[in-house]
Amino acid sequence: MSSVLYDTPGPRAKRRYVLFSLGFAVLFALFLWWIWQTMDDKGQLKWALWEPFTTSQAWTTYLLPGLVNTLKAAAISMVIALPLGAVFGIARLSDHRWVRGTAGTIVEFFRSIPVLLLMLFANELYVRSTDVSSEDRPLYAVVTGLVLYNASVLAEIVRAGILSLPKGQSEAAMAVGLRKGQTMSSILLPQAVTAMLPAIVSQLVVIVKDTALGGVMLAYPELLNERSTLAANYANVVPSFIVVGIIFIILNFILTSFASWLEARLRRSKKSTGAVLSEDTVEVNPAAVRGGFGSGAGGGI
Amino acid sequence: MFDFLDGYDVLGAFWMTVKLTALSALGSLVWGTLLAAMRVSPVPLLRGFGTAYVNIVRNIPLTVIIVFSSLGLADIFGVTMGAADDFKVQGFRLAVLGLVGYTSAFVCEAVRSGINTVPVGQAEAARAIGLSFSQVLRLIILPQAFRAVIGPLANVLIALTKNTTVAAAIGVAEAATLMKKMIENEAQTLAIGAVFAFGFVVLTLPTGLLLGWLSKRLAVKR
Repeated sequence: MSSVLYDTPGPRAKRRYVLFSLGFAVLFALFLWWIWQTMDDKGQLKWALWEPFTTSQAWTTYLLPGLVNTLKAAAISMVIALPLGAVFGIARLSDHRWVRGTAGTIVEFFRSIPVLLLMLFANELYVRSTDVSSEDRPLYAVVTGLVLYNASVLAEIVRAGILSLPKGQSEAAMAVGLRKGQTMSSILLPQAVTAMLPAIVSQLVVIVKDTALGGVMLAYPELLNERSTLAANYANVVPSFIVVGIIFIILNFILTSFASWLEARLRRSKKSTGAVLSEDTVEVNPAAVRGGFGSGAGGGI
Repeated sequence: MFDFLDGYDVLGAFWMTVKLTALSALGSLVWGTLLAAMRVSPVPLLRGFGTAYVNIVRNIPLTVIIVFSSLGLADIFGVTMGAADDFKVQGFRLAVLGLVGYTSAFVCEAVRSGINTVPVGQAEAARAIGLSFSQVLRLIILPQAFRAVIGPLANVLIALTKNTTVAAAIGVAEAATLMKKMIENEAQTLAIGAVFAFGFVVLTLPTGLLLGWLSKRLAVKR
């Protein structure tokens, strides 16, 4: 028994646990039965509503293109946000007060504003001041919103990654006569990147989930948006939500599992300094960090 | 200078955001703590349920959950949250329901990480004087765990404040809904953006500072 909260059960406790388990199982089964019954009552179990998902047409016309658009927006955002975040994360650790201050203000500002506001604002800005075609505009707006928000979250991850390294690393670099830039680029960053990888992969989950906002508010044809087109076509609102929900769960579950596999692997490997950042260590650490006035956090949700 | 604000109830929209945040925070604190208790309980089935809930809900976009609560729960299943005739109240309550369901998964994880910070000896001593599992959890572990997780819970609360904007997807009249309307109708896109950005900074910055200070003050010194 791994938990410290209770003893290894004896015969009586075992019997009690079985009883609790049975009680909970019965309650839960009743709950599921009730949901099944309600779905039946409302005619949501009719095969006609579920059949479209067994045909290739529903997938090739709606779901797969939607999934591709979701992944496209997420991938573009990540590719732009990562270097931007690295620059800002390093700038926040600068020795010059004005660089540190400016980068800090920008990062804290964009971190405390909801992604949705950034997307809506970017969308309107593209309408008024640029000639981006109305076809491309939703993608541009979604990517802009995601980049601004996630670059500032990634900046915090980069900063936490660099700060997680032992102080001796940069002291040794200074001792052998490396300049500040050299210390950063050849000693600190390479080690920080390995420490940050799991946190970066976890942030991908957040980006994938946030693309759904663009689908509802800006009509970007991603998975959730394609769902409504599909449901309008086959009149199967509830089944379409269930299928789309499962696709999101599988996609993000793969990413989360990959992140924790990476974390476990990096912890074992001897090449790194042993510091590995998961999503919660990133959020807990910055409180103790100089120069930060720690406000709008919550990057992992 | 601020005449573009005329005729718009900006404060009312932000009040709606605050109400959404407060109610959802309360709900998800209760449900999240219960889930955390399930995840550390000795009954395997409860543990399994807690784990499954967290892993499933965490991986669904909040937007999907909120939109489903309106199009699925309300329209198809007739879940009206006791406000069948008032569409606005119904939307608000459905949004709170969705936010609680989603946020509690993160509250659960935060509380569970707090439980891990309590030294093993505490629970062993509590068991040694004959306390049962629920007594150990209620009297010894959770009070200390909560003081340890004020920081992480503050992060969840700030994220929740920002996530309430998703309620715009089902037409709840909160800040994001109003901003969308205003930037479509008025010319001063930048100024409107700045006003709403400022509003969220005002909401989240003091929360972060206050709870950050509290978490340092109340943390159990070991």
